[in-house]
Amino acid sequence: MEKFKTLTATAVPLDIENVDTDQIIPARFLKATNRDGFGENAFRDWRFQKDGTVNIDFVLNQPQYDGPILVAGDNFGCGSSREHAAWALTDYGFKVIVSSFFADIFKGNALNNGLLPVQVSPEFLKVLMTTIKANPKTKITVDLVAQTIGIASTNHVESFEIDAYKKTCMINGYDDIDYLLSKKDTIEQFEKTLI
Amino acid sequence: MGKTLFDKVWDAHVVDSIQDGPQILYIDKHLIHEVTSPQAFNELEERNIPVFRPEQIVATADHNTPTLNQHLPIKDELSRKQLEQLSENCDKNNITLYELGHKYNGIVHVMAPELGITQPGMTIVCGDSHTSTHGAFGTIAFGIGTSQVAQVFASQCLLLTKPKSLRVTVNGKLRNGVLPKDVILYIISKIGTNSGTGYFCEYAGDVFENMSMEGRMTVCNMSIEMGARGGMIAPDDTTFDYVKDREFAPKGEAFDKKVTYWKTLPTDADATFDKEYHFDAADIEPMLTYGTNPGMGIKISEFIPETSDASFEKALDYMNFKKGETLIGKPINFVFIGSCTNSRIEDFRIAANYIKGKQKATNVTAWLVPGSKQVEAQIIEEGLKTIFDDAGFELRQPGCSACLAMNDDKIPQGEYCVSTSNRNFEGRQGQGARTILASPLMAAATAVEGKIIDITKQLKKEVSHEYTSV
Repeated sequence: MEKFKTLTATAVPLDIENVDTDQIIPARFLKATNRDGFGENAFRDWRFQKDGTVNIDFVLNQPQYDGPILVAGDNFGCGSSREHAAWALTDYGFKVIVSSFFADIFKGNALNNGLLPVQVSPEFLKVLMTTIKANPKTKITVDLVAQTIGIASTNHVESFEIDAYKKTCMINGYDDIDYLLSKKDTIEQFEKTLI
Repeated sequence: MGKTLFDKVWDAHVVDSIQDGPQILYIDKHLIHEVTSPQAFNELEERNIPVFRPEQIVATADHNTPTLNQHLPIKDELSRKQLEQLSENCDKNNITLYELGHKYNGIVHVMAPELGITQPGMTIVCGDSHTSTHGAFGTIAFGIGTSQVAQVFASQCLLLTKPKSLRVTVNGKLRNGVLPKDVILYIISKIGTNSGTGYFCEYAGDVFENMSMEGRMTVCNMSIEMGARGGMIAPDDTTFDYVKDREFAPKGEAFDKKVTYWKTLPTDADATFDKEYHFDAADIEPMLTYGTNPGMGIKISEFIPETSDASFEKALDYMNFKKGETLIGKPINFVFIGSCTNSRIEDFRIAANYIKGKQKATNVTAWLVPGSKQVEAQIIEEGLKTIFDDAGFELRQPGCSACLAMNDDKIPQGEYCVSTSNRNFEGRQGQGARTILASPLMAAATAVEGKIIDITKQLKKEVSHEYTSV
């Protein structure tokens, strides 16, 4: 897993609530048996019309917006457990997703793939959306070590929560398998106690 | 202080706790399918890690399988390869697989309970968010991502932070025509799609106590649609009777011993929950969704709300519905009865009971997709197939089918589908398809009428028919 400490970059405002994982990566693209290439079909049915032409109304197709931070509406990543959604977003180039609320399974999947979910207050989310829309060149700073997110040009900064264990994993690029394998003896002992 | 059902099962599976961090939770059963497992197998192989407990894993092919001509080679190359990969992976790692055509093949959340693999007090995971279904047995069951599938392969454990507790209580008597699907759609419409996030839910009250196991599975299945990782119902005699004598259930004395333990699992009277909701069964009517998430539901007698916000309007625009209108009378050309929510024998009995002696409307394409080979066999054995055939319905072969439209079972662009599945997201049943979630009874009635009707009015005339939670 890639390490993550801090990032200062421009962001894309996806001002839609309840973005579900079927939108992030539609089911018909889940037939691959490896993790690569899902970015091509990220938000496929919002980026393209059914006839294959580009939907210029969708934010990812608007040239003024660019960057590795996706700022999205409330309840991002709800629905299916497909980790392909996290793979699609990282493969597309995103490193941070900001929202006022994340669905559980998506949040875990993101963290397991070095994609940082940053949960902010609804008020701060509104400020972010408005500021980025007014000036697409706005730089956002995400500092995982300090657990803060801020708008670089103003003094708007908010702190965010992250599980201490997951934070260590993200900063160092560790994953859970390494940790669990180190506990194998304890697990085997536990198995003997099962009813 | 007393413990909840969830606490009891969770605490019995904690291997160890990391200071200020997650806990190591032991997993009893790991269910896998073709779509979310291949990358996990790859990861283990790349890192040279063996599968730790292959005998605790059961595999099935369901998401990406055809529902017609299952005996023929699969035409779509990618789909075929995905299934071949599953067979290869299971073979290599000594994992039991119920592949396409096997007498135990079926949707993972239909197959495991009917084989007695699912038992009270267990921890069960699967790379599928509707794993919450198994909570109907008083198990901790939840969906996981592929990285976690790899973790369970490697260690039979997961690193997890204990979720908060939520209880939804529904007391009273359900009205005629109100089914378990209506109960859960009603709950989600009341509390929304994210009020369960971060929680594990317990469903309590006499409505669930009086429900069949099939009904309880329908309810727990959709827990994830209110954001809860899982939902549970206390195991009782209904549960024990269902599990008893099933293929992989413990037998004889071993079973009795288990029942003694299972009886200790229900929530203690003095246990407390972080959040509670109470509803009155009498307030529930047959439900329909009108939007693009399962929380956007109304009773059959209600009108689409007059909410003003961008996401709400985007959803109505997609569905081509207007604020303040009723869904009654809307012409419908597609009906789907199936999915891990409603593809068990009871669902088809309810549909058949309604359809018997009636004819499908000519404008409607109606797909009936059983949840498993065993359900399919039972449909034929009980004579339900004849009823469906006579009425012009198409009984297909088992699989996830048009619930997520990964295979060829897609609803065309712009068409409405009254569906017994669990998600009405944009494009879920095919690009541009418009999904209306409903019970099997509402779906059957729609297929017969060719439009949405107020089933309660019709049932009042047909006094001989009782459609309640069995």
